Amino acid sequence: MTQFVNTVFNCVSLSSIILLTSLGLAITFGLMKVINMAHGEFLMIGAYMTYVVQNFFEKFFPESIFSLYYFFSLIAAFAVTFFFGAVLERFVISRLYGREVDSLLATWGISIILQQAARSVFGMQGVNVKAPSFLDGGISIGSCTFSYNRIFILCMVILCMVLVWYIMYQSNFGKQMRAVMQNRAMAQCMGINSRKVDMITFSFGSGLAGLAGCSVALLGSIDSTIGQSYIVNSFIAVVLGGVGKLLGTVLGSSIIGSASIGIENYTSASIAKAAVLLIVIVVLQFRPQGLFTVKSRKLDE
Amino acid sequence: MKKNKFAAILLSSILAVSMAGCGGAGSQEDSEDTVKVGILYSATGSMAISEGAVKDAEVLAIDEINEAGGILGRQIEYIEEDGASEPSTFATKAEKLIDQDKVKAVFGCWTSASRKAVKPVFEEYGNLLWYPVQYEGMESSSNIMYTGAAPNQQIVPAIDYLIDQGYKKFFLLGSDYVFPRTANMIINAQCDAKGVEVVGEEYAQMDQTDFGSIISKIEAAKPDVIINTLNGTGNLSFFKQMSEKNYTADDYMTMSFSIAEEEVKTIGADILEGHMVSWNYYMSTDTPENKAFVEAYQNAYGSDRVTSDPAEAAYDAVYLWKAAVEKAESFEPEDVIAVVEEGGITFDAPEGTVEIDAENHHLIKPVRIGVINADGQIDTVEETAPVIPDPYLKSYNWAVEADLQPLE
Repeated sequence: MTQFVNTVFNCVSLSSIILLTSLGLAITFGLMKVINMAHGEFLMIGAYMTYVVQNFFEKFFPESIFSLYYFFSLIAAFAVTFFFGAVLERFVISRLYGREVDSLLATWGISIILQQAARSVFGMQGVNVKAPSFLDGGISIGSCTFSYNRIFILCMVILCMVLVWYIMYQSNFGKQMRAVMQNRAMAQCMGINSRKVDMITFSFGSGLAGLAGCSVALLGSIDSTIGQSYIVNSFIAVVLGGVGKLLGTVLGSSIIGSASIGIENYTSASIAKAAVLLIVIVVLQFRPQGLFTVKSRKLDE
Repeated sequence: MKKNKFAAILLSSILAVSMAGCGGAGSQEDSEDTVKVGILYSATGSMAISEGAVKDAEVLAIDEINEAGGILGRQIEYIEEDGASEPSTFATKAEKLIDQDKVKAVFGCWTSASRKAVKPVFEEYGNLLWYPVQYEGMESSSNIMYTGAAPNQQIVPAIDYLIDQGYKKFFLLGSDYVFPRTANMIINAQCDAKGVEVVGEEYAQMDQTDFGSIISKIEAAKPDVIINTLNGTGNLSFFKQMSEKNYTADDYMTMSFSIAEEEVKTIGADILEGHMVSWNYYMSTDTPENKAFVEAYQNAYGSDRVTSDPAEAAYDAVYLWKAAVEKAESFEPEDVIAVVEEGGITFDAPEGTVEIDAENHHLIKPVRIGVINADGQIDTVEETAPVIPDPYLKSYNWAVEADLQPLE
């Protein structure tokens, strides 16, 4: 029983981590069709922002309010990656719309530059953030221990989902955004400033990567390669779920997360990784568009 | 026109004379008062995290030697190349250093994969590599000097110590590559022979960030001690996620082979306090040589930096090369190797006096089992006399019986 509860919790936890890192990608890659190779590095920037804010608090504020640093680092991570996203969109990606391969190469180059920059600024050794005291350790129910970090990430991902859902489907901006993504020419005719919508959408997706980075900083070490270790799963989750569908990303992340944990329980980490990729390949063989597809009246799709 | 021709002849004769002059002094690029060596580590890529500190220690040793007058009256000039964490890049850069820059020795490599990639290059050119990291053994090339620990100078004594302390159920956890797999092969054979049980063996991916599953397996297996050969960032994730579940060294003791002071600093002493490690050297090792080394290292790179076993082994490598060159009275790699194989090349290292074994080119060095304390330093709890290196474990009956073979 203990074993079973632990496994279920691990599945949910890993799925939520993958989902959190995929949300931003679901917007920039899923909706906007921009293959942003630097997305993982936005996650890295978010993680490093947590470290910076932590150090700032350690230096200038009394120890009693140290734990509050984490809320500020969430804000800082979002703000900084939002800004970086805006800059990237404005100066690089907006010039390459419709040229997927070019934007892939350009953003890949940027990802390498950002990684090296992180090494120059923060050194080659990985850094560590102290979890705020209210997230230390875990809660024991019976013989199972659930770590506060993971419960927090679960809440975080639900919060982000609600935020994304609200912005996309309830707000006026979301309407404009979906209009531009679905039919740009028509949206422009209706008087929507599609340049502005592109930029804000992309920045928002990048900001979500920053939030994800801030959260995963609690789980392990932060170094220049942290983005790389999460980005592959995120891309797979978005592709598996069906590009352009938020619900698809949720399902994709859950499948990958649960399959990894489930298979790893009975075999080893390496086999689990291979098996997950195999599952993805088989699914895409039968549903090349992913699990969910966007219905469109366009002739070329 | 005629003037031009005259100038051309003049120029070519000057060139010919100057080249003849150089020929007498040895290779063309080597000037009279310097000698070139190569430094080959990753400055970029995933391994840059570890390899930077080792490079710093070597540069420190070179600077110290130069300040004290160099070797045989010549200053050491080092050429740095970036292996970019890619074994194939390491091989290309090694060839460039030897063939183009005409270096007399190369200090470099961290991962076993990179060492195996450059090995044929050094053997083909007859040059010399100084490799400073503890590794899985099962190798001994005449063109490589191994200044880190062989398995019988780190892994085997640590397991013996644990068995002596009464630990009976071992769980083997490592990253999925050649060092942990070979180390665990050795540990399995040793545990079999000594009658203790290995209750589980798991490998994590190099870039794995989630250890939930592995921790569940550990909980199910209920070991006394976890033998940890995780490398790189996996260590922090693993220990952090163990502490998330409120586990400390009292619940699950670990013995780690890849956690040194540098890693303790990153992971945090609060998480690692009480856990065990096995190395040949700690920053806290109490010798006068070590006091001087730590002071020089912190003066050069900042007082917040820590020294570690690989950095110390790298520092030793430069001084051992100096000792060998001085004894050979030659910088040529074949002369240096010949002198080493006569035996007796020693250096009063921070870890104690070390000597290059004439036969297998590893160092004769002491083993120290340590426990991590609350300040992030490692306290020695057991120290052996210098141990003769035995990369193939031929002097251990259980290893011979288990017929251990190198993994390729």
